[in-house]
Amino acid sequence: MDLTFTPKQNAFRAEVRAWLAANLPREPLASYDTREGFEQHRAWEARLFESRWSMVMWPAELGGRGSDLIEWLIFEEEYYGAGAPMRVNQNGQLLLGSTLMEFGTPEQKQRFLPRMAASLDMWAQGWSEPNAGSDMAAITSKALLDGDHYVINGQKTWSTRAIYADWLFGLFRSEPGSTRHHGLSFVMVPLDTPGVSIRPIKALNGKDAFAEVFFDDVRVPVANRIGEQGQGWHVAMATAGFERGLLLRSPARFQATARKLVELYKANRARADRDPSLRDAVLETWMGAEAYALSAYHTVGRLSRGEQIGAESSINKIIWSELDLKMHETAMRILGGQGELVGKDSQAGDAAGWLEGFLFAQSGPIYAGTNEIQRNIIAERMLGLPK
Amino acid sequence: MDFTFNDDQLAFREAISRFLMTEAAPEMLREIWETDVGRSQELRNKIAEQGLTALSVPEAEGGLGMDDVTWALMTQELGYYAIPDSLADTAYVASGLLAGLPAGHPARADLLPRIADGSLRIAISHPVNALVSDAQLAQVLILTDGDDIHVVPRSHVDVENHPSIDASRRLGVVTWTPSSATCVASGEQGRALQDRLLDRGALSVAGQLLGLAQRMLDLSVDYVAQRKQFGKPIGSFQAVKHHLADVARYIEQAKPVLYRAAHASARGDVNAGVWVSQARLAANEASWIAARKGIQVHGAMGYTWEVDLQMFMKRAWALDASWGERGFHKNRVSDYLFADATGLGPGHTFEE
Repeated sequence: MDLTFTPKQNAFRAEVRAWLAANLPREPLASYDTREGFEQHRAWEARLFESRWSMVMWPAELGGRGSDLIEWLIFEEEYYGAGAPMRVNQNGQLLLGSTLMEFGTPEQKQRFLPRMAASLDMWAQGWSEPNAGSDMAAITSKALLDGDHYVINGQKTWSTRAIYADWLFGLFRSEPGSTRHHGLSFVMVPLDTPGVSIRPIKALNGKDAFAEVFFDDVRVPVANRIGEQGQGWHVAMATAGFERGLLLRSPARFQATARKLVELYKANRARADRDPSLRDAVLETWMGAEAYALSAYHTVGRLSRGEQIGAESSINKIIWSELDLKMHETAMRILGGQGELVGKDSQAGDAAGWLEGFLFAQSGPIYAGTNEIQRNIIAERMLGLPK
Repeated sequence: MDFTFNDDQLAFREAISRFLMTEAAPEMLREIWETDVGRSQELRNKIAEQGLTALSVPEAEGGLGMDDVTWALMTQELGYYAIPDSLADTAYVASGLLAGLPAGHPARADLLPRIADGSLRIAISHPVNALVSDAQLAQVLILTDGDDIHVVPRSHVDVENHPSIDASRRLGVVTWTPSSATCVASGEQGRALQDRLLDRGALSVAGQLLGLAQRMLDLSVDYVAQRKQFGKPIGSFQAVKHHLADVARYIEQAKPVLYRAAHASARGDVNAGVWVSQARLAANEASWIAARKGIQVHGAMGYTWEVDLQMFMKRAWALDASWGERGFHKNRVSDYLFADATGLGPGHTFEE
């Protein structure tokens, strides 16, 4: 055990820090749940890509730097520590990107990954359906073979920022008469294909943060399938594992929130200390964020020793989602009457940012597999309890 | 940056675990509980044969010279098997203190080789603990008097016993008169050694609590997989599953916190005490949740003397305040966190 960074790792950190200091947007970007903000974020990510910071872990020929997981954690620490914008294309980059790395053909990797790293293509997810939420194997949307094309019919929902996106990836039933997790295929769909219609869903924050996507005889080339015909469930489970696990929610972003919460508490101490439980909540959540960071480094070490990470990714998902919620609840309680003020209200100050985060934190225990589903996974796969 | 254990450490842990599995079965613990002394010399001798008592004695004094990081694994095993002995007090905490004395100090030469060969039992007093574990049985006591640290033979002190709900803890109040003849450190050196003593004691408890939590979880998993109601194992019901999934979550979350604290302690980091306290808070919470959820999923059986769960719950409850109650540890972390000049946030986690 050696918990010090190597000179090379320190130099990498210094390089990230210097680049961010010179290139961070001067003004905060608009919310990426709006068209304007989405395009601002796309432009920012393109700038990241120009200097090869958008996907540091990807190999150089696919637009990255070939960094290892430690360097990736360092990048994330510097990125969120500097208050850089949230990553708008991470569902594609981290979820589909990881899937393509593992299951994609060389042609698919070359075709999709560099454009994804550059945010030339923005990706939405297509998992849930009206009757397939936690029970994802209940998917009924069909992609039936017709020559060298699939013909897609059906409906997806809760597709994050789909009205702004260029592509969608997801699971479709490709074997007529199949049930549950059999007979599904993992297919990528250009959202400008005839027959696709997208209806935005207003989220808690009043913005079109997600959408329903309807497919009416949508024709997609078979070359857009990842993995084998009918093996989509297997491919998707790997992606779901990445999502729950480290990649999508690195600790740095929660550590940055925890630091802001400590600052908020210190700045409002006289009022906050009227409720002694607030000081304790600040302390507990700060320790929770640090514990999550320690856990990430421990996990990365174990992976590098060749260990497999399984249901622990479900534990991670519960940890970060509950932590995020508790931090924002605590902030709202510290802010008191200021907490409810929205947008650029003159009285709101920094409070509006906490409110946005508070609203979004409500979704954490629900998306990427509800925390109830995660607890089932832990109980069944890690503890071996009967179904 | 390598946040893992090496193969030697993992193999040692595996060997100790296998050994304790056969030598420290719950039936044996119950037998030892019932005895007056509450200790088995035979078990202790066997543990010494495995090398555990020599683990952190410096190589020059006949030991293996390993540090807090290895102990973070071993204390979990001692907790997992609820060893009815304060073995870690002697082999880890006391030996760490003695190894901190200057080279050539007579107390080192006298005591460390006897710790290594397993023949010596040391009881440790520290202002943070009101009672002294194993004071009655120990041959030697480490006692504090203000900043001073004394190494005192058992014959020089009086001990009054106080029974604990955990029958494997043997607690006493020690009455003694300090004399310069027994003083091994004083002043600034004494204070520094007492601080290190406290951190090692707290780390030892943190490891044991995590081991206890894991054992309670394992016992609970076994129970709910075989106990049937409504025609099914109760472990198939989500309400029961979610209780135990939460226990697993708190244990997994606490482990890296313990490991970092042990690493910081071994390296003598300036903030080691803060990380030790963070580890204690995480381990205390995990063990109490494991006890609470464990007894719940055992149903009425969990409330009985008969079911083994009770031995592990009681140890977890009893150790909760040992080497600093939660308030003490919480204050150490909050003093750090709310200080003005603390570097916080992403990228600062591993700063010394």
